[in-house]
Parts: sequence; C-alpha cells; structure tokens
Amino acid sequence: MFRFIVRRLLQLIPTLFGLSILLFIWLRRLPGGPETAILGERGTPEMRAEIRRNLGLDEPILVQYGRFVRRMLQLDLGTSTSTKRAVTTEFLERFPGTVELTVTGMIIAIGVGIPLGYLAARKRGRMLDHLSVGGSLIGICIPVFFLAYVLKAIFAENLGWFPASGRQDPTIGATRVTNFFVLDGLMTREWDAAADAVWHLVLPGLALASIPLAIIVRITRASVLEVLNEDFVRTAEAKGLTENTVRRRHVLRNAMLPVVTSIGLLTGGLLSGAVLTETVFAFSGIGAFVADSISQRDYPVLMGFILIIAVVYVLVNLIVDLSYSLIDPRVRVR
Amino acid sequence: MRATRPKAAIAAVAVAALAVAGCAESDREEGSGGSKKDTLVFGVAGDPKVLDPSLASDGESLRVARQVFETLLRAEEGGTKPSPGLAESWTPDSTGTVWTFKLRSGVKFHDGTDFNAEAVCVNFNRWYNAKGLMQSPDVTAYWQDVMGGYAQNESPDLGESLFKSCTVKDPTTVDLAFTRVSSKIPAALMLPSFSIHSPKALEEYKASDVTGTAEDIKYPPYALEHPTGTGPFKFKGWDIANKTLTIERNEDYWGEKAKLKTLIFKTISDENARKQALRSGDIQGYDLVGPADVEPLKGEGFNMLTRPAFNILYLAINQKGNPKLADLKVRQAIAHALNRQALVDSKLPPGGQVAVNFFPDTVEGWNGDVTKYDYNPEKAKQLLAEAGAANLTLRFHYPTEVTRPYMPNPKDLFELLSADLQAVGIKIEPIPLKWSPDYLNATTSGDKHDLHFLGWTGDYGDGYNFIGTFFDRQKDEWGFNNPELFAQFKDADSTADPAARVEKYKGLNKSIMDFLPGVPISHSPPAIVLGKDVTGVTASPLTDERFATAEFKS
Repeated sequence: MFRFIVRRLLQLIPTLFGLSILLFIWLRRLPGGPETAILGERGTPEMRAEIRRNLGLDEPILVQYGRFVRRMLQLDLGTSTSTKRAVTTEFLERFPGTVELTVTGMIIAIGVGIPLGYLAARKRGRMLDHLSVGGSLIGICIPVFFLAYVLKAIFAENLGWFPASGRQDPTIGATRVTNFFVLDGLMTREWDAAADAVWHLVLPGLALASIPLAIIVRITRASVLEVLNEDFVRTAEAKGLTENTVRRRHVLRNAMLPVVTSIGLLTGGLLSGAVLTETVFAFSGIGAFVADSISQRDYPVLMGFILIIAVVYVLVNLIVDLSYSLIDPRVRVR
Repeated sequence: MRATRPKAAIAAVAVAALAVAGCAESDREEGSGGSKKDTLVFGVAGDPKVLDPSLASDGESLRVARQVFETLLRAEEGGTKPSPGLAESWTPDSTGTVWTFKLRSGVKFHDGTDFNAEAVCVNFNRWYNAKGLMQSPDVTAYWQDVMGGYAQNESPDLGESLFKSCTVKDPTTVDLAFTRVSSKIPAALMLPSFSIHSPKALEEYKASDVTGTAEDIKYPPYALEHPTGTGPFKFKGWDIANKTLTIERNEDYWGEKAKLKTLIFKTISDENARKQALRSGDIQGYDLVGPADVEPLKGEGFNMLTRPAFNILYLAINQKGNPKLADLKVRQAIAHALNRQALVDSKLPPGGQVAVNFFPDTVEGWNGDVTKYDYNPEKAKQLLAEAGAANLTLRFHYPTEVTRPYMPNPKDLFELLSADLQAVGIKIEPIPLKWSPDYLNATTSGDKHDLHFLGWTGDYGDGYNFIGTFFDRQKDEWGFNNPELFAQFKDADSTADPAARVEKYKGLNKSIMDFLPGVPISHSPPAIVLGKDVTGVTASPLTDERFATAEFKS
C-alpha cells in the first residue's frame, strides 16, 4: 500500500511537468496579453510595451519558462498580474469556498443519489423507477446556470428563505481562521456565523449537485441491477438471510465500486471550481477566479491554479483507489 | 454491540465538531452585526485591486478611495466642476504655472495626525520621486497620465513631468509649481489618485516600497491593509474570502459625519446576480444596472438614480488600413448613413442623447455650431459614388461579453449600425472579439480594423480629457496624421486662461467634426440603484457618489 501511494505520487512529477509545458505554450498563444487587460481603454502602445517589458513577456518563451520552473521548484508560484498578490495567497483564500461548495454538493448528490438509485433498481419498471430515471435525465440536461437562476428566483427573491449571493452575510462580522467559514464558526463558537455559512451553501449546493446526483442515480441503479442478478445474491437469499442483510452486505457493497469511482471523478471535477455556480451566486471560489483570470490573461494565476488543481485531482483519485480496498477486501492495491 | 458504519460516521463527525469547537479566539467586536439600519451593503461588479488610490486606476478601487480619502479639490456634488475639498481656495499666479492652495484647518487623518501643507508636499513628493517599479504604468497610471513623468525617469518612453515642486508657505498654504501651463490643472487634482494620505502611515507601512521583480510586482502593506486618509469613512477590513470590503464611520471627521455606521462593498460580478441580490435583500444597492433593468426596478419601488451622461460612444474610422477611408467624402457618407437617433431611442436607457461633439454638453467647450451629419441614406450613397467607393467592404469590429457605461449592448448596436451601412451599399465584414484583451488590442494597434466601437467616460470636467485623449497625436486607433489639428490641440492645452481655453475647445470641436476622424454616436446616462428605503445619495457623472450622506428612511 505504501509503495502504491509513493508510486502514484511520483507519477505526479512528469504529469505536472508535461502539463506546465502545455499550459505555458497555450497561454502565450492566446491573443493579447495582460497589458491590455490591465490598462483597458486608457492604454497607449508605449504603456503596453512597457508593461510587457516589465512582466518579462518580451523575452524568449524558453527563458520565461525556465524562470517559471526555477520559481516553482522553490514552491513560489509568483504574483498575480491583476491583483499583485501572491498566487498561493489567492488560492488559499478561495479554495476553501470551493471545497465547502463541493462537499455540500456531494453530500446532497450522494445522500439522495445512492438511495434513489438503489430504490429505482429494486422497484424496476415501477413508477419510482421511471420517475428517478426521467428525473436524472433532466438533471443531466438542465444547464446549471439556468437551474441556479431558477432556484434563486424562487427561494431567494420570491420566498426570501435563502440568501441570493455570497458565502456569508458580511454584517455578521465573523472571525476568519481557516477561511472554511463553517469550520471557522465552529472553532470560534460563533454559531450564528457557522449557521449563516451553511445557509449560504444550500442553494448553490443544490444547483451544483444536480449533475452529480443524476449520474450517481443512474450508475447506482445500473450497478445494483447487475448485482441483483448475481448468483451469490440468490445464494444469500436461499440461505435464509433477512432481506436487510442481503441488501446491505451483499447487494449494496458489491454495487458500490463503480459508484465510488464516479464519486471520485465527480468530486475531483467539482473541486476544480464550478465556474457557473460560483459566478451566479457570487460565491468566492477558484472557478470564478480562474474564469476572470483567463479574460485578464493573468498567466501566473492560471499556471498556478491549474497545476494545484491537477495535484488535487490526482490526490482525490488516489483516495478513491485506496477506498476500494475498504469497500471490497478482495481488491488489493498494488 | 458494534456500531453500524453510518452511526460510527455520525459519531465521528460529532466528536470532531466538539473537538474543534472553541479552539480559536473570536475577534468579533461587541455589538457587531447589530442594527442593519445603519449598515449598507452595496453590490459592485469587481473586487478593488488595491487600497492606495495612488496605485489604482480601476473603478472599484477608486470607489472605495472616494469614501476613505479626500483630494485638494473635489467635484461639486452631482457635477464635474471643481469645488473645495481639502483646499478651501486655489489661485494661479500670472504665468499660470504656480498654483496656491489655501488649506482647510482642523482636519485630522484617521491615525490622529494633522493634515497640513507639509502633508500635501509629502504626498506630491512621494509621487514625483517614485522610483523603480513605482514608475511602472500599471502601478501609477493616473500620475503618468496627468503628469507624464517623474523627477528621474527610468524609461525612455516617459516625458518631462508636468509637476515641478511643492512648497510649504505656512501650515495652511501650499504652492504647487508646474513646468508648463496645462488644461489638466487644476481639474485633474480632483482625481482620487491625487488623494492626500497620512505621512505617518505612508512611512510606517512603507507605502512606496513596491517590491518584487518587474514581472512579479508586490504591493506594500499600506496599499493592502492600511489606507489612511481624512475621509468620512475609515477602512475596517477586506475579506477577500467573502468578497467584501468594510469601511466604517470616521467619528472624528471634520465635516458632517457619515450617517451610516458601516458601509460594505460586496463583489457580485454577474449583473443578474446583483439584481437578484437586491431583490432578495442581500444588498441595498448596486452599480452598473443593466439598461433593461432600469424601468422594471424603478417600477418595483427601488430608488433608481440616473447619472448625468459624462461619456461618449463613437464609431472610430481607421484611415490607414483601407485607403478609401482617408477620403473625407467616404467618412461623411458613413456618418450620413447612420441613424443614430433610432439607436438612441431603441437601445439606450432613458435619457440617452445623440452626440454632436466627442464630449457631452455638460462639459465646457461643447459646441452646437459644428457640422452635423443627419441621417440621410441618399446623400450617403451620393457621396460614396462621388468618392468612387460604391463597392466598399469594411471590417467592422465589435466587442462581445462586455457592457461599458457608454455601450450597454455592443452586439445590438453593431446590428443596427451595420444594417444602416449595408442599406447604402457598404458591405460589412463583422469581426466580433472578446473585449479584453483581444478587442482592445485589435482596435488600438495595427491597421487591420476599419470601423469599431469604443468610448470613454471622463475622469474630470475638462474637455481635453475627452478630445485630447483621442485626437491630440497620431494613434493607431484612427490611423491619421493631421499636424494642423495636433497644433491646435497643443495651443488649447497650453492656454492658461480658462475662458480662453474653453473657446479653443469650441474651435477644436468644430475642426474635429469637419475632419470627421470618426462618428460620435451617443451619450448614455448610466444608472445606479439603491434600496427602497435608502436616501441621501446624489448620482455623480464621475461615479463620485458619496455614501456619507446615505441613510435609511425610518
């Protein structure tokens, strides 16, 4: 197991190296540069040239890349060209928001998706099955930003049950420790701040959960259906085990492997930032910031964030691989 | 009995929650989060970039600075003309190059130190003596724009500084000397970038230490955490993780104290999301209201403030790429082909106007007696035929994914104007580009653009800030060289007598409309919306809204 983890982590090095080269070339092939974004309508050609010179963008691409790698080896991802703050600081301030949103989305998706998928399989061909399959199809088809607007229009604008934007009511004056607002509220015993942060997570969490929920329902249903036809299930039933035990010990557990794989991939995807949900809910996370940074041609932020996201993605999937052996002892990681 | 897994998981979460509970100190102040009636949350489209306005050029940084800092002169409330700020009066000497400012007494900075002539000189000398990265055009943009250079220029692109020296006459009198007469003085001193900072705080928080390497500029602590001015609000905190910036009432303010205790700027970049946040009560006002939302929100009872138009949208014609466009008749034909009134009526918010000059009539020097190009497709066809340009094809650039105060919906505007041009026989090759940076790059450099939209919102109430910016030198955007026009600009800029200068602006407007480098299209009044129970804010053409007078109706 230890060797497996080390090997997977070592694989990260060539992955990151290759990704950084691709990113570097791709970003610099985009038309325009940060100088135009920085100066807007007010820039003269001389001012633009001066900024390009200042940012080192007039040097050969190899020299620029060499400088980037040298800094990266010292774990320095540079400074944002638009905010002039360290890329790592920007990341640490925004990533907790994305994590909270991802966790909320996945709790909803898993908490509803697995039971629903399981029930749909058990009641195959009946009303519940049709409803959940049809519903999940809608969940996949419906654009997230549209769902987000609809949720806000109903529950924030009209009913006023939930806030329409942000991560926390700024008038609360909450203390910041980790930038995980819910956790910060618990740590500082500012219960109202923690509750308010949870409250702010509900609508964006629901919007974000729609696609993973639909996928989990469908995969769980298919997987359970497959397992229900296996010989060992029939054997277990024939042995006279209670239906509950058969379901929990034999059906669900065996059906979970593909579900867990998809959960891993979905979580990794959500952690890389939900651009639309974050933008619509003015939620401070990395997705919206990366989108802004593309239009600002903020090369250091894009390089830094995408590389960190790649590491996070690999780590999440590593955890998923490790969890296989917990679910199914026959699976041994090597 | 062994606990089931879900139960074990719940128990583990509960234990973890108990373990973290109370393991950090709350730094909440007593009474915070109290009455919402003295706290206003205002939605803005972007995060401020920096809190020191000397280093800022983006609207959101300047919006915060306008509440926290003050300048020697400030625009009259709701207008563009200079009125007393930290200086009570100002007079030029006979040469027009030395200005004497009589300062307000009894003013204190937020750190308790005194505002006086010495402090003014510390600030001007700080800007003038900027070194290294402080001279980068993205760091001190407005100083460069107004003053043109520094005590010791480090780049060959910089010119001689307009600012020369600052002299303390007595604690409430200060002389600012300039190297030449300029239209920018004194109006440009209203810009928030010329805000006066506490010398003590500047030194303590190393305000001028813009460090790092050229490609890796780092702002000093002052610019990110310790802005210290004399304004009616004091900086309290910037919560980047929650996209909010909080300022609070300055209890020691020299003038009338702010009615609000706390003012919070909350970033909501999406226009629809700002609207929804207002309706749901998350925020009590926002800027950059979509033109289509003006009437509905007004109808719902929200307090809609329309700013007097202080901008221009123009159709630029580049004379370099297509030789036909260097022919005045072709440019006149384009102007006659455009139905600008229809555009204003159908696509701009209420209060929009067709432009006659390249600046609005709220700016002195506006001239109604210039050549006008009314909508006349027949005349346009005739002019094209006379110029031998009957089969003209033009590349028409327009930006996507952007709204500017002067250009609410570029694609709609493009569709209208391109239909007008096609109606007189001009073929149009549409080139949509993403606003930043593609569009701005394509239209302000090179010669691959024939027609494009661009515009300007004035920085301060002087005509040169509009027409000088566009036409006082050769620029790739327009692709023409007209030494006579450039000389006329130089003459106006160096005229010391304000009345005489205004007359010269009128002459310039006439020359411009005869030469017709582009077609001025419209002036569009941007709107700002406040909650149904918020009053006391006056809309400013310069976006210089002062929240110190804002209050909730009881």
